[in-house]
Amino acid sequence: MVAESETTAEPNGWVGRSIPRVEDAALLEGRGRFIDDLGVRPDLLHAAILRSPHPHAEIESIDCSAARAADGVFAVVTGADVKALTASLVVGVKAPIECWPIAIERARYVGEPVAVVVASDRYRAEDALELIEVTYRPLPAVVDPLVATGAGAPILHPAVKSNVIGERTFRYGDPDSAFASTPHRIRVDVHYPRNSCTPIETYGVIAEYDPGDNSYDVLANFQGPFSLHPVMARALKVPGNRFRLRTPPDSGGSFGVKQAIFSYVVLISVAARIAGRPVKWIEDRLEHLAASVSATNRVTTLEAAVDTDGRIRALAFDQLEDCGAYLRAPEPATLYRMHGNMTGAYDIRHVKIRNRIVLTNKTPTGLNRGFGGPQAYYPLERLMQRIAIELNLDPLDVIRRNLVPANAMPYRTASGATLDSGDFPASLAAAIDAGKLGELIARRETARAAGKLYGVGFASVVEPSVSNMGYITAALTPEERRRAGPKNGAQATATISLDPLGAVSVQVASTPQGQGHRTVLAQVVADALGLRPQDIRVIADVDTAKDGWSIASGNYSSRFAPAVAGATQIAAMNLRERLARVAATQLNVAPADIVFAGGRVAARANLDNALPFARLAASAHWAPGTIDSDLGQTIRETVFWTPPELTAPNEADEINSSLCHGFIFDFCGVEVDRLSGAVRVDRYVTMHDCGRVLHPAMVAGQITGGFAQALGAALFEEYAYAPDGAFLSGTFADYLVPTSMEVPEPVILQRESPSPLTPLGTKGVGEGNCMSTPVCIANAIADAMSLTSLDLPATPTKLAALIHGRQNEPRVKS
Amino acid sequence: MKPAAFDYVRAESLDEALDVLAAEGADATILAGGQTLVPMLNMRMARPRVVLDIMRLPGLDRIDIAEGAIRVGATVRQRALERQADLGKHQPLLAAALPWIGHAQTRNRGTVCGSVANADPSAELPLVLVALRGEIELRSRRGARRAAANAFFTGIMSTERKDDELIEAVSFPTAHAGAGYAFREIGRRHGDFAIVACAAVVDTHKARLAIGGVADRPILRELPLPGSADLTDALDAFAADLDARDDLHATAAYRRALVRRLGLQTLQEAAACRA
Amino acid sequence: MPRLMAASSHRVSFTLNGRVVSGEAEPRMLLSDFIRHVLGATGTHVGCEHGVCGACTVQIDGAPARSCLALAVQVEGADIRTVEGLAPAADRLSPLQNAFRDNYGLQCGFCTPGILMSLDALLDERPNVSEAEIREFLSGHLCRCTGYASIVKSALAAARQRREDRVYA
Repeated sequence: MVAESETTAEPNGWVGRSIPRVEDAALLEGRGRFIDDLGVRPDLLHAAILRSPHPHAEIESIDCSAARAADGVFAVVTGADVKALTASLVVGVKAPIECWPIAIERARYVGEPVAVVVASDRYRAEDALELIEVTYRPLPAVVDPLVATGAGAPILHPAVKSNVIGERTFRYGDPDSAFASTPHRIRVDVHYPRNSCTPIETYGVIAEYDPGDNSYDVLANFQGPFSLHPVMARALKVPGNRFRLRTPPDSGGSFGVKQAIFSYVVLISVAARIAGRPVKWIEDRLEHLAASVSATNRVTTLEAAVDTDGRIRALAFDQLEDCGAYLRAPEPATLYRMHGNMTGAYDIRHVKIRNRIVLTNKTPTGLNRGFGGPQAYYPLERLMQRIAIELNLDPLDVIRRNLVPANAMPYRTASGATLDSGDFPASLAAAIDAGKLGELIARRETARAAGKLYGVGFASVVEPSVSNMGYITAALTPEERRRAGPKNGAQATATISLDPLGAVSVQVASTPQGQGHRTVLAQVVADALGLRPQDIRVIADVDTAKDGWSIASGNYSSRFAPAVAGATQIAAMNLRERLARVAATQLNVAPADIVFAGGRVAARANLDNALPFARLAASAHWAPGTIDSDLGQTIRETVFWTPPELTAPNEADEINSSLCHGFIFDFCGVEVDRLSGAVRVDRYVTMHDCGRVLHPAMVAGQITGGFAQALGAALFEEYAYAPDGAFLSGTFADYLVPTSMEVPEPVILQRESPSPLTPLGTKGVGEGNCMSTPVCIANAIADAMSLTSLDLPATPTKLAALIHGRQNEPRVKS
Repeated sequence: MKPAAFDYVRAESLDEALDVLAAEGADATILAGGQTLVPMLNMRMARPRVVLDIMRLPGLDRIDIAEGAIRVGATVRQRALERQADLGKHQPLLAAALPWIGHAQTRNRGTVCGSVANADPSAELPLVLVALRGEIELRSRRGARRAAANAFFTGIMSTERKDDELIEAVSFPTAHAGAGYAFREIGRRHGDFAIVACAAVVDTHKARLAIGGVADRPILRELPLPGSADLTDALDAFAADLDARDDLHATAAYRRALVRRLGLQTLQEAAACRA
Repeated sequence: MPRLMAASSHRVSFTLNGRVVSGEAEPRMLLSDFIRHVLGATGTHVGCEHGVCGACTVQIDGAPARSCLALAVQVEGADIRTVEGLAPAADRLSPLQNAFRDNYGLQCGFCTPGILMSLDALLDERPNVSEAEIREFLSGHLCRCTGYASIVKSALAAARQRREDRVYA
């Protein structure tokens, strides 16, 4: 690998090759620059947060006098203090509810901040937390979303008079006629659980306030979307230019989770203002598990109108989305992220959807890898299996009969998304062949003959990437949208700079958390400019006061490869084009005859007629007068790219919710241990078409990592609550992240159908297995045990009860 | 997640340690490997006034195998016992159970006696000690005594150790000729605390099975030999008698079912291993 | 018999990556905090502070252990190794570190220092380590990015390289 990086580019370039990551040396030597590793001001103070032990309680009084008098304590901040200095965080539905970063008069979930102590060190801050006397008046709590919708349920936000704070219905095509005219109605009922990708680095915020110009300066391991920058600035009651947000160079994983740090950015900023000193807060693991953020849990009824051959004519979704105690931005985005592709990989023209959002006494929800995908695909792909069983068909035939055909691409879905490219049936066939499905089926028969519980499951999904900001407004009625003004797009930005020695720097607002963005961008720019990746220096952390960024910046919806790398490619090509014109003058050839290769800029016809790239690149610094004035400068190029396809929802509520759609077909074999009910994933095959691949090893890393998280979601992980609202998953001994002993290595297969809509032909790939794998494993378990319904996580105790409860029953053939 | 303040005493002799315990009583907590205590300090679930570090006490780091017992001193780390030459020959049950304790990284610090002292109902070492009818050696300023394992554990993380006593050593009886031993455990993930752990000892005349993870302490019962017609009923009765509870990871019914099924397998394996 | 009083700080000295270091710590200060914030060796990371995730793993007298489950005062006089001590030179990676880079054994790199300290000890102890042994040893660490497969590959590659280095040494 090292030897490879020393060589010059092969004819086909750096992109598409697995080169060593530029990020790795520092990380491997302990020289990473994560937020808690960075130098701080000498007057820095440390915050600790007192949290509600009650799921629902009125806060009758808070006595901070003893805490304020304690050794080393500089300030104690309560909800009243925060309310006096800030405004409520913006709420994404039209309902009279507020959302604060700390409990105001009432606590609504276990772990909700109640007070903040600012002290000379974290130990003393935690000591002082114990001196705060809070008088709570406990209220009845509700954690089950169905119960929360019922009459008589405890109401979280009395001003709304209901826990259901949003409801919309959608109809595409003519679903009622389709249901009336189709012979079979097949239905699944699903309770999708709560979980989270729990990055190993927790949240961190360092905030300071300058009373001289009423500005906040914050460093946080925030991941974006930067649509939350205005949310934070408005909450802090300052213009955006007085809320400077920076991110550290390294971030220890996020998977969406570090989006929700924004409410703590507001809280710690206020604490710094009250303390009059910079304040640092590093979330601990118990805080993270109880109160950072969770994916939504969702109750879904999905019904299909099906022909006897398994062809689906219509779908009817009834989704009840549980967003926890507050609707925190960008929710209800989880419910709408998939809105354009609710029909998955299938050609289904008639769809109706009822979406309700309910609040319960649980941690507020937000971004988590897969974001809306697992909740939507679990019912859809369980349904595909049920159709096969109920109609006595081969499950693969049911999938094949419904897949969007290759000749329909680009395919506009019933609800308005455009599936941009791909040959789904061919990918499926290739996976069955290369993934050796036949062997797996034979393995199942052998295992069953030996008395084992062995099953095979399938899942086929489209993986959306590059979210359209406008999809969130599908939560509003067309009338409400008209009043609010259009929202749409997915603007990405990249800046390329040349310095006086001719070296190339790239700056993007992509806030990576381990995905290797800096390496890939070096490859992209190296190819454009005829250089080597090690010649390019990439900065991917963000400073909102100085960098080019947009409201859509950040790292989410798998937008790096399609959008950020694409914008970078455009910036590099723009700069190249202008440099070519400068070179053409100097080399006395036409600009079109200039080639960039091997660190040189040469005339195509005579490669000896050449300039070193660095000399050409530096010329705008040293001798700007030699550059043709109509060329402008060639020092810095900033590109803002937004795909025109991402328009706002139309009057019919059709929404192209994502720009790109990769295809995934997974199958797996699992064995359920008869004794313990434990599930062992015997073999897992995952076929991906994510468009053009920029760095194969990183794509494999994303798939393998996403698969492991999804296996956790399928079998181990749950943010569990007791019926009375007590939180049960408060440590890493209770919230079970799978280890190297539980996660097998998946077999990864790939095809490449470039996206016609992105500059590099790329699509996102980071989230797909979080969407496909939970249901694929569930389908295999259902096949092994002949289960009609199954909710996750598929724990041994749950499965053993089914096995032992049915031990005397004859085995039902599936 | 930072500990509350405490004084720290690093005892340099057994007498010093016993003096501290005599003087401080319940206000002092003994720190050995720290793999159970320190998380509890970090969560402020343990709030001692004094932490007494015994790991520098001389002479307590010995593993002595003699006179039918493996005597393990107070400062012997789990990893050291795991690596003891021929441990499996001297006591296969102990050798089989040790790798199930946490992870290698925690066994590097955690001590054998510390695990016994903490008495987690899911922990492996108390279970093995009970199954083998081992002994705990306690010492205080008042003198030394030996306690039988079966009576030592009194409930969830509670033992009959007095506040002024230090566990000086624990003794695991060595394997008997003609006896077979087996250990099985089911947890959620590798390295997790047991949902059910089974330790079985079978010789020509009798069988006994100890169960961890179900009741509030490890429970030992004499059972019919594997192969006897009445074993199933006896196991069912054993499972029913254990005070199994529901928790996040397993229901009581699940635990009872595992006691019957895993217990039977463990007894059968022990019988098959008989020399 | 030293009795270190709760309210005051006390000098703690030990060897860190071959050099004698010292700093002030209250009795309750965790070794992880002492290494990071008193000594400034921030390569060791903190992920859970209750001994499950393994991010803070360092070698204490040669044995990998959680630095969040040790008090700084406990390791007085000990020999501590952290990730900063692995590379043979500032611009040269050890075979284990190199294997991680070559096999994409890390993504965000936050859990990696702890994993390296565990695997470094494992490979010292078992030069012919198997995949099963690696997986078992690695189970004391949580990684959320990689799905572990590339870490296992890295460890196997490092073991191979170390064996070859020994042959030619």
